[in-house]
Amino acid sequence: MSANAIELRDVHKSFGKTKIINGVSLAIGKGERHAIIGPNGAGKSTLYNLISGRYEVSSGNILLNGEDITGLRPFEINRKGLSRSFQVTNIFHNMSVYENVRCAVLWAAGYRYSFWHRVGGLRDVQQRAEEVMEKIGLARRRNVLAGTLTYAEQRALEIGITIAGGANVILLDEPTAGMSRSETARAIELVRSVTEGRTLIMVEHDMGVVFGLADRISVLVYGEIIASGTQEEIQANTAVQEAYLGAAHKELADA
Amino acid sequence: MRYEPLNLGRWIVWGAMALVFIVVPLAFSGGFALTMLIQMGTLIIFALSYNMLLGQGGMLSFGHAVYSGLGAYLAVHTLNLIGKGAFPFPVTLLPLIGGFAGLLFGVLFGYVTTRRAGTTFALISLGIGEMVFACVLMFPGFFGGEAGVSTNRVVGQPFLGITYGPAIQVYYLVATWCFLSIVAMFALTQTPLGRMANAVRDNPERAEFVGYDTQKVRFLQLVLASFFAGVSGALSCINFEIVSSENVSALRSAGVLMATYIGGVPFFLGPILGAIVFIFFAVALSGFTKAWLLYLGLFFVTVVLYAPGGIVSILLMQIPVLRAGRLRELLWPYALAAGAALIAMVGLIGIVEMVYRLSEQGASTVLNVFGMSFDARTTAPWIGFALILAAGIVALRFASRLVGARWGAIQQDLLARQP
Amino acid sequence: MEFFLVQTLNGISYGLLLFMLSSGLTLVFSLMGVLNFAHASFYMLGAYFAYQVSVKIGFWPALVIAPLLVGAVGMLVERFGLRKVHKYGHVAELLFTFGLAYLIEEAVHLVWGRLAVEYRVPPELDGPLFQIMGSQYPIYRGFMMLVSVAMLVSIWLALTRTRVGLVIQAGLTHPQTVEALGHNVPRVFMLVFGGGAALAGLAGVIGGNAFVTDPGMAAAVGPIIFVIVVVGGMGSLAGAFIASLLIGCMQTFAVSLDWSLGGISVAQAAPVLPYLLMVLLLIFRPTGLMGTREG
Repeated sequence: MSANAIELRDVHKSFGKTKIINGVSLAIGKGERHAIIGPNGAGKSTLYNLISGRYEVSSGNILLNGEDITGLRPFEINRKGLSRSFQVTNIFHNMSVYENVRCAVLWAAGYRYSFWHRVGGLRDVQQRAEEVMEKIGLARRRNVLAGTLTYAEQRALEIGITIAGGANVILLDEPTAGMSRSETARAIELVRSVTEGRTLIMVEHDMGVVFGLADRISVLVYGEIIASGTQEEIQANTAVQEAYLGAAHKELADA
Repeated sequence: MRYEPLNLGRWIVWGAMALVFIVVPLAFSGGFALTMLIQMGTLIIFALSYNMLLGQGGMLSFGHAVYSGLGAYLAVHTLNLIGKGAFPFPVTLLPLIGGFAGLLFGVLFGYVTTRRAGTTFALISLGIGEMVFACVLMFPGFFGGEAGVSTNRVVGQPFLGITYGPAIQVYYLVATWCFLSIVAMFALTQTPLGRMANAVRDNPERAEFVGYDTQKVRFLQLVLASFFAGVSGALSCINFEIVSSENVSALRSAGVLMATYIGGVPFFLGPILGAIVFIFFAVALSGFTKAWLLYLGLFFVTVVLYAPGGIVSILLMQIPVLRAGRLRELLWPYALAAGAALIAMVGLIGIVEMVYRLSEQGASTVLNVFGMSFDARTTAPWIGFALILAAGIVALRFASRLVGARWGAIQQDLLARQP
Repeated sequence: MEFFLVQTLNGISYGLLLFMLSSGLTLVFSLMGVLNFAHASFYMLGAYFAYQVSVKIGFWPALVIAPLLVGAVGMLVERFGLRKVHKYGHVAELLFTFGLAYLIEEAVHLVWGRLAVEYRVPPELDGPLFQIMGSQYPIYRGFMMLVSVAMLVSIWLALTRTRVGLVIQAGLTHPQTVEALGHNVPRVFMLVFGGGAALAGLAGVIGGNAFVTDPGMAAAVGPIIFVIVVVGGMGSLAGAFIASLLIGCMQTFAVSLDWSLGGISVAQAAPVLPYLLMVLLLIFRPTGLMGTREG
């Protein structure tokens, strides 16, 4: 029985006296596409920050592929095969698209802190970066300064940086936030193709995206998981309907 | 980014730079010019190493003179050992000793300083600088106290007949090391470490999330930078034949910071240009007036306020305008602004020099300038210079508005023409 | 025993002076996000202005006039300098204040010369306050402590009890909201910065005659203040308080003790001690005594 990709065991997180995450336990299997939904302020971003090491847990354990990663620093977790994107685009604004992607490739390609390799001559890095840029559809914009890209392009680059290192567990934080319908459709396709064969955890508000992509869904309300299961199970769950779907109930029923 | 087609261009650029290094003392001959060139060469290395921290790594340091100074101290003692015949080491390679010392202390202090970033890092670097300065004064046995340690560079075996006695030989030594350092430091920007240093500068959080320990990146960047700082320290030792507490002082650290910033932090060439301007300013001006440090400070603050990208940024901004053939429209407004600035400066210099005359014990109160003399104790010159300063400021505001308007119009046209 | 008592009192009065300076620095940093490198320069200006005023008029007027003058300088600096560089980022802001510190030092050189000036303790305050066993404790030191404590208490009251104080506290984290509510945030910033400068100036008025008033005084005390801020934890007033007293006492004792180690007397090593403390702290507790996160 292979280990789960991600496992949270009774995770708590407080900032001072404010409890944000209140005993979350979750298991996500390898290759699964899992969505986390919930009202604003439920603690979804905090949960991400805990998993990726940006914040420290107040108590509880987080396991990655069976290994305890509680308390490790972000770069250590990243090196173990977990990568995340950000809700607010977090790219290297002063570098070109190509350079952005290349930064994400360097460590995984094994070059570490080398100051004796000429980065322009590294064929493997170049090739990998080209592949990623092709996948995210920015190959023709490779020399454009990342800060001057359009919003949707920046979101695509965001995803590109996240997957470039070849991580097996990918966390996407609202990948389609702020996108139009057509942009969202393209983003869904992009996410589907780049996470082929990998484990995907996704925070999303757009139910269309969630139901289109996710195998299983968890609902986070006030720092607790109140339901976890397939699309049908979630739609039928009365607690979820009460707590979350008041106005969005109609959207769920129609989806 | 450089791609393969530019390969030939790369050789031409470096070749041209080497040529400049070789030829420049022939164009500017004479002892005074040579002194300036040697100091420029040394400061170029120092400033470039400083920019490895600030421009490339995003680390603002107020104590970079620690590495160059300690490198100079090790170099001076080595030089004295060579002179006594106790250490057969070629003087030509002395900068390696300086670099080694810089590297050593880079590792030692870097471990402590790179644990924090941003403003805290800046303050810690200041603290380390003060600490080293105080230590230098505390151990006169090794550091020679305030008087320092002096030496003779014409020692050891001559290298191909070169003894480094005449200044021209010192110049070519400095020029060679300077050229090699420029090449090396530029090459470093094209390595994985160099690229990730940029990434850490721009977005340390993201850099962590692509697998890099930002602290380690900064640490390594600092260690490499301190090597080159040590090299420049050793060259300074060879040139001046004395090393004292001034080499590790806060003033030295401030100087390299100013030189780098004035040149332009975001650009690789910035520190090179900044070092040249700074030495020119310092050496030429210090002969004319005792208030040159004040003028330097004013210039620096002006750059911080109005040209945060340094002189290089101003020059680069002109290029698209030049390419569109519209630079000549700006020539008149620029000339007007320069003239207004000149008037303001005359007023300011007059006032400053007169204040200086009054406050300095034992100096005459008469200011001799432009062939005229003014007594600082009378009121007439004060009013006169104050009026000139005021007139200059008013003219400058008008002129800068003119420049701004013309510039805006040209920029709009250029934008409209873009596909 | 009496030596210990006297030196402790001296250490505390010096520590309180250091806290006057570091608290002003911390407040401006917390409120405006700007670390004012020229803070110690305002201290120096306070001492020099007080010297000029006390020579022409008297010490007591100087106590009021000098800080106000320095505060005015601070407001001008904020209005015409700091506000401009704000948009260029933190590095530019810090470098601007750094350039300013440099300029102020050179200007002081220019106007008052390179030697120390004779800024004296006024005769009313010169003399012993009380006797502890055989040693006398000077009135002026007591006066210094009094002024420091009074100043700190009034700042605390102003911040927590007045309307302006609340606006400042709010503007700390949500300047746009505060502005949307109708408060003139830029003006508030100007007042805060000027206020910080005036406080540093006041410290200069009372410190300049207790210690020495010369162009190097800013460069002498400035780095110590920064060490205090780093050791205490960036942005923490409580940490700055502890660190100030710690370093104040440490320096006072070090200079007056007769011990030596390996040929170096403690008094000789005194200048290095605060920095050693900082280095040690950085190795074992990088966020400072009370700091939590990066400012």
